Amino acid sequence: MPRVHEKVSYWMLVLPALSIMVCFYILPVLGIWEIAFTEPETGVGNFVKMAGSNAVKTSFVITFRVAAITTVGCLILGYIVAYAISNFATRLTPLMVALVILPFWVSVLIRSFSWIVLLGRSGLVNDALIHAGMIERPLRLMHNELGVLIAMIHVMLPFAVLPMLTNMRGISGIYVQAARSLGASEWTSFRQVYFPQTLPGVLSGALLVFVLSLGFFVTPALLGGGRVLMISEYITYQIQEFLNWGLGSALSVALLVATALVLLISARFVNLRATLLERK
Amino acid sequence: MNEPILSIKNAVKRYGSVNALDGVNLDVAEGEFLTLLGPSGSGKTTLLSAIAGFIALDEGTLALRATDITGKPPEHRDFGMVFQGYALFPTMTVRENVGFPLKIRKRPPAEIKKRVSEALEMVQMSDFADRMPSQLSGGQQQRIALARAMSFDPQILLLDEPLSALDKKLRADLQWELKDLHQKLGVTFIYVTHDQDEALSMSDRIVILKDGAIQQEGDPNTLYDQPRNRFVADFLGKSNFLEAAVIAGNGPAYQCDSKGALFTLNTQEPCRTGETITLALRPERLRLGLPGAELVSATVKQVSYLGERCQVLVMREGGEELLISRPTWKTDIVPTPGLQVSIGWDADAPVVLAPA
Repeated sequence: MPRVHEKVSYWMLVLPALSIMVCFYILPVLGIWEIAFTEPETGVGNFVKMAGSNAVKTSFVITFRVAAITTVGCLILGYIVAYAISNFATRLTPLMVALVILPFWVSVLIRSFSWIVLLGRSGLVNDALIHAGMIERPLRLMHNELGVLIAMIHVMLPFAVLPMLTNMRGISGIYVQAARSLGASEWTSFRQVYFPQTLPGVLSGALLVFVLSLGFFVTPALLGGGRVLMISEYITYQIQEFLNWGLGSALSVALLVATALVLLISARFVNLRATLLERK
Repeated sequence: MNEPILSIKNAVKRYGSVNALDGVNLDVAEGEFLTLLGPSGSGKTTLLSAIAGFIALDEGTLALRATDITGKPPEHRDFGMVFQGYALFPTMTVRENVGFPLKIRKRPPAEIKKRVSEALEMVQMSDFADRMPSQLSGGQQQRIALARAMSFDPQILLLDEPLSALDKKLRADLQWELKDLHQKLGVTFIYVTHDQDEALSMSDRIVILKDGAIQQEGDPNTLYDQPRNRFVADFLGKSNFLEAAVIAGNGPAYQCDSKGALFTLNTQEPCRTGETITLALRPERLRLGLPGAELVSATVKQVSYLGERCQVLVMREGGEELLISRPTWKTDIVPTPGLQVSIGWDADAPVVLAPA
């Protein structure tokens, strides 16, 4: 009889979270799909309109470009941070890990506004540069893609660092020692022995940052100032400004499908289960 | 000794106020199987890491065939190394692992292929060339690690407790294989272990370390039979320690007195009349007799049966505990706790230890 009992307790444990997910997430998402295909009239009209719109195409291109550049930026910066923490620091390691996680305690909204203070026409960066005599007129650091990218990389960085850090801290220093005793230089040991072992961490960091960036709203909206229209902001416009629920919903569906495609394609190269679920 | 292949002069390594290596001088002969033996913290691994080039010495020099290599990075020393945790590269197959040092040295592919199969054959792992390390057992991984460390004909092979992660039976098998391999290849082995049995069974020469300093070095036989101090006598095998006063004699035979028990001691160590000396007595050199038959009276405290041998712990009258090891087939006396017995030894059994 313990089998039945186990099953019952399993569902008892899962049910609360599952019902919240169904009521407040799955059903509304299905509602979006319904709206996409029924407003203002039943059919695929919204999708035809979407496919024909240059603005939508541009927005998708911007979205994927920003997400891709953000991912690359986060990977490069994050790899260095994770490498330094796991290979050099000793007593400072807990502090450094805490510093990586610390930004999570501050809302994304506040972090994005802080970037506005820093990057604005008379923000700290421009002021400092002008006072130092390095430039004459303020640089355009925000309300363009550059500003969005700077802030996005900052916001997303911990999502890249953490999986890579977990992965690297599991790699014993003995492999590089072994490689060097066998005749490999420091650089060759890193490239041929250490780096391949960090690839799972790099890929999970990349996937996490890319997927999160695709649907990100707050930072691009604030730093882009309406000039860098990523899909999520485009959707908001359709619904809030034009009350065009049909097209907005169709765009949401498209974004969801695009994200699912990214996951599907990456599943061919990455073990998604290991990447997203089984973290130490 | 001919020209030593490796010469370590006054090696010092400090970690804070602790001297991990405290002035080590050591010459390693070409082709020898040298074991660095010591408890944890004795500096044996530090010494090996210094030889490998992973840590820099604070003082002292290392020379390979009379060429100074003190500051040489590990990749230019050309020493093979086998690690305790095997350290096979998990992203490479067995073949790629073994070929790694050859690929680094930019040998032609045909030669790499040939030497990899030779190395795998040497450790009887030819059938496993295309496996990943994670698909191998501990013993198999260790064999591959050995093949990898040997595939490029290193000057010296360094082994850092290579068998300590394996179970007892496998460890014994691999000990034979290692010794065999050493004889066949004639390469110099420097082997680190804390396991005295391993050291005794495989080495040509053992160096016993404690607190970063060499306590004694010599072939296994000499070390076991002639330990210089209490630490060596106790660490390599078991020993009973006895304080005795020299009352007469001037070498090689002395009359000694240990708490009223008078006995003759044969030793090459010079002793002075009137001086108190510490003697080490191996458990297997002690004789067990009926009460009154031997030199000192004692009571059996505990008996431990080990199959081929049996260990008897006795309490000497008015004094210390003594451990006796005797073959189990000797049944003249069946020791049981509480039994009155007497203990004796031959005149050349005790070893005079250096004063602590």
